[in-house]
Amino acid sequence: MSSSPSDADAADAEHYEAVVVGAGPGGAAAAAALASYGVETLVLERGVDAGSKNVSGGLIYAEESAPYTIDRLFEGFREEAAERPVTDYHLHNVAGDRVKSFDITDLHEHDTEWCDAVLRRKMDSWLAERVHELTRETGGGLLTEVRVNGLLREQGEIVGVTCDELDPIRADLVVAADGVNSELARDAGLMDWAEPEEWFQGVKAVVDMPEGAIEERFGVDDDEGVAHLFSGDLFDDVRGGGFLYTNRDTLSIGTVFHLDSLVAEQAEPHELLDALLTHPLLAQWLGDEYEELEYSAKLVPDSKKVALREPHRDRLVLVGDAAGQMQAQGPIIKGMNHAVTAGALAAEAYAEAKARGDTRTAGTLYAEKLRSEGVMDKLRPRRYEAARVVGENDRASGLTDRLVDSRVGRGALRALGGRLERLYGSPYLSMMVPDTRTPYVTLPTAIAEELGEPITDVNTVEPPSLEERIGDLTYDTDIGHPHIRLRDASYEASGAAVSACPVSAEGFGGGCYRTETVRTNGSEETVVSLDTQPCVECGTCAIVADTAWEHPRGGKGVEFRQG
Amino acid sequence: MAPIHTVVLTKGVPDFREGQVSFDENGHLERGKTPTVMNPNDKFALRAALQTRVRHGGRVSVMSMGPPGYKDVLREAMADVYADDLYLLSDREMAAADTWATSITLATGIEKMAAGTNEGDGRDEDAMPDLVFAGFKTADGETGHTGPQTCWCLDMPVVTHVVSLDIDPEARTLRAKRLVEGDIEEIETVEAELPCFVVADPEFVPSYRTASHRLELKDLRERTARRAEAFEDHLTVWDHSDLNLDPDYIGLDGSPTIVSSVDPIPKQPAEREATVVAPDDADGMTELVDEMLPFAAGASGGGGGAEAVADGGRTGGSDDRDTSDGETGGE
Ligand SMILES: Cc1cc2nc3c(=O)[nH]c(=O)nc-3n(C[C@H](O)[C@H](O)[C@H](O)COP(=O)(O)OP(=O)(O)OC[C@H]3O[C@@H](n4cnc5c(N)ncnc54)[C@H](O)[C@@H]3O)c2cc1C
Ligand code: SF4
Repeated sequence: MSSSPSDADAADAEHYEAVVVGAGPGGAAAAAALASYGVETLVLERGVDAGSKNVSGGLIYAEESAPYTIDRLFEGFREEAAERPVTDYHLHNVAGDRVKSFDITDLHEHDTEWCDAVLRRKMDSWLAERVHELTRETGGGLLTEVRVNGLLREQGEIVGVTCDELDPIRADLVVAADGVNSELARDAGLMDWAEPEEWFQGVKAVVDMPEGAIEERFGVDDDEGVAHLFSGDLFDDVRGGGFLYTNRDTLSIGTVFHLDSLVAEQAEPHELLDALLTHPLLAQWLGDEYEELEYSAKLVPDSKKVALREPHRDRLVLVGDAAGQMQAQGPIIKGMNHAVTAGALAAEAYAEAKARGDTRTAGTLYAEKLRSEGVMDKLRPRRYEAARVVGENDRASGLTDRLVDSRVGRGALRALGGRLERLYGSPYLSMMVPDTRTPYVTLPTAIAEELGEPITDVNTVEPPSLEERIGDLTYDTDIGHPHIRLRDASYEASGAAVSACPVSAEGFGGGCYRTETVRTNGSEETVVSLDTQPCVECGTCAIVADTAWEHPRGGKGVEFRQG
Repeated sequence: MAPIHTVVLTKGVPDFREGQVSFDENGHLERGKTPTVMNPNDKFALRAALQTRVRHGGRVSVMSMGPPGYKDVLREAMADVYADDLYLLSDREMAAADTWATSITLATGIEKMAAGTNEGDGRDEDAMPDLVFAGFKTADGETGHTGPQTCWCLDMPVVTHVVSLDIDPEARTLRAKRLVEGDIEEIETVEAELPCFVVADPEFVPSYRTASHRLELKDLRERTARRAEAFEDHLTVWDHSDLNLDPDYIGLDGSPTIVSSVDPIPKQPAEREATVVAPDDADGMTELVDEMLPFAAGASGGGGGAEAVADGGRTGGSDDRDTSDGETGGE
């Protein structure tokens, strides 16, 4: 982090009424809503283009119960920025080549007004254009290639932001919509990046589809789309699952795992993705020609554990991933929609506070709105908090695992048969699934073994190597300014990153993290070395290794074309 | 305070990348046969002008002298630097002019432009532009004289090798960092009064450290995208009679430079000399011109060149502009 500028700097700094940091869905919604209240709003985005840094699965939901949805803030969103609506939703329980599939369209449709697949480069850059137009009208605007590197303080109070590219900027409201690994949340002392249990890691491949292949292979019209989820033993013992979503002419195929589980199993994220891509079940959809357009990765916060109840301090409010507002509703992931809602609520809170003559109450008002609009309940369900105490206890999970695996358990599974599908489709149940092996691995595996059919298709996909994947990405390397530094290079402190980093692997020399053996005075030591060039800025090593971690300067680093 | 008016001088150069530069038997470049692009070094002058425009508002005009094909160069300039208006000084009489003849013509063009366009800007009717920018050397073997020579004709101080620039429109001064190359590269800061002529160094770096400047830049880009498509609506073409210039003093006839041989196409300029000369510093100016002569005149035409230079200077110089107008007015 840069040294904090003096109070004198703060006094004669440029001023905007509101500064929004980050042009993802949270920032875009906040800025559009602020502009609609006539607030002079400056939006700062570090990417060369909005979306060039962002990764989602991604299905964006418009919830019936939500006070704001993206299409209501941005007219034409679905037609111009989204891919296909998801009209069919399936969950596949996998054990070896046996698969038991459930139709969970009901769960998907619960509280859903609509849901579209999106690719973030297209979506975010479209949003950014609208945002710039809207905010320009009220005296602000949107700038790309500007990285905010910290909070501007005056006598200890947050009064604005500092940037790599610009002089300090003062504001009456600072909206941190800077996503997961929010440097502003960290600077404000609202988030630490300490516990792997609090995060998921998502890894994704965007795969090209020949014309007409999606309609043919998935049995949909050109205005329909499909979502598939995968769980069971295809990821060994790592807790998490896979997804496949249909875009207009491509597929988004990826995995989302609990970071602590990834670390504990020393799993290689790209290999887990490959396990999904090469499973016989996917042969019917991938065909014989596999062309991967982009490999990407990003951390995802687990709102059940980290969503802040009071996401504000002084003039700063946090929205979206920055505030941990990323809900894993069982297998269904909802981050973008909550970021949109939170962004708009923060704007609403500021406008109300201003009308009452005291903008300093905006933060408290925003937190109140998150509660009264029911957002907080979705993010941190009380039932989960209660269930967690028992559910995530290791002994309890061992017990349920053994129960599922026991003869009684197996018999019960068979007896449940068709009703299991309904059980899985229950939003009530899916909200309180504990983070143990049971729901992710043991149960799906058992279901597939007991009820599944073997898949006989042959999958011929040969995914690219990690080296090829890195080679296909676009980078603008900030030579001489690595954005991550190893604070402790010992294997104990930082070794986990070698496998957990999605562009590194044990035994692979071309990634970010490498294991090295150093011989000194006859003794041998294993240490870790880091080269940030291939970094995709996922945030993993900020948490699993001992690093000084920042985002690259504006416009530098990786540039996603799909996202 | 009147808004700042900035003029950028640019020229086209043969596109060397194509590798099809051709010369006629007299050693003159056959521009018609070689694709034309903007002199790469002019981009730095354009950037300096853009920075001025973004920070202080006002108007940017781009001027070039050359064949009708230079219109493309001007369009490129408009798109790159978001220029407001374009001027092309083009005439068969002006063809094959060397740097002196070019300088006289450009200086006359600038004066005419200034006189004709100030009204709507709330500036004094015949006020000269506040700033004239030129690039460091051209890529086709020219030696960087057009700039200083034009400024001499315009009676403005010149600051060369500028790598960064700040303007105080209230005090009407300019503060520049310039590269002084000796054994080691040195940066010196100089101040000059407006109007001033600025030669931007290839290492010129514009800086936009405030959000409002960057937003202004973005606005300009959007507005100019549309303007550049219809750039001819913003283009004024003048020939020698529009400029009241005597054909004897311009074009090939007015060129003291006789090209005796053509050097290989220069790559990055290797040597740079530092020059800040005020127009009333007679010694300094003489020294500057002396220094440039060997380049301008070529090996065999050195002596004759010097005289022609003196003539040319008088004809186009603004001190005796009335006379010069009178002389050529009868044409
Ligand atoms: C593999 C994967 C699958 C997912 N699937 C889904 C899904 O299906 N549905 C769903 O709803 N969600 C999904 N998510 C989660 C979703 O992507 C996030 O919750 C969502 O993007 C959060 O939005 P946001 O606006 O808070 O942050 P982001 O979208 O991350 O935007 C943050 C923005 O801030 C910018 N920024 C960051 N730091 C700075 C700085 N210092 N200065 C300037 N700019 C900065 C970034 O460049 C970025 O543009 C998935 C995530 C992953 C990784
Ligand atoms: S170096 Fe760190 S931030 Fe970069 S890709 Fe690897 S784990 Fe992610």
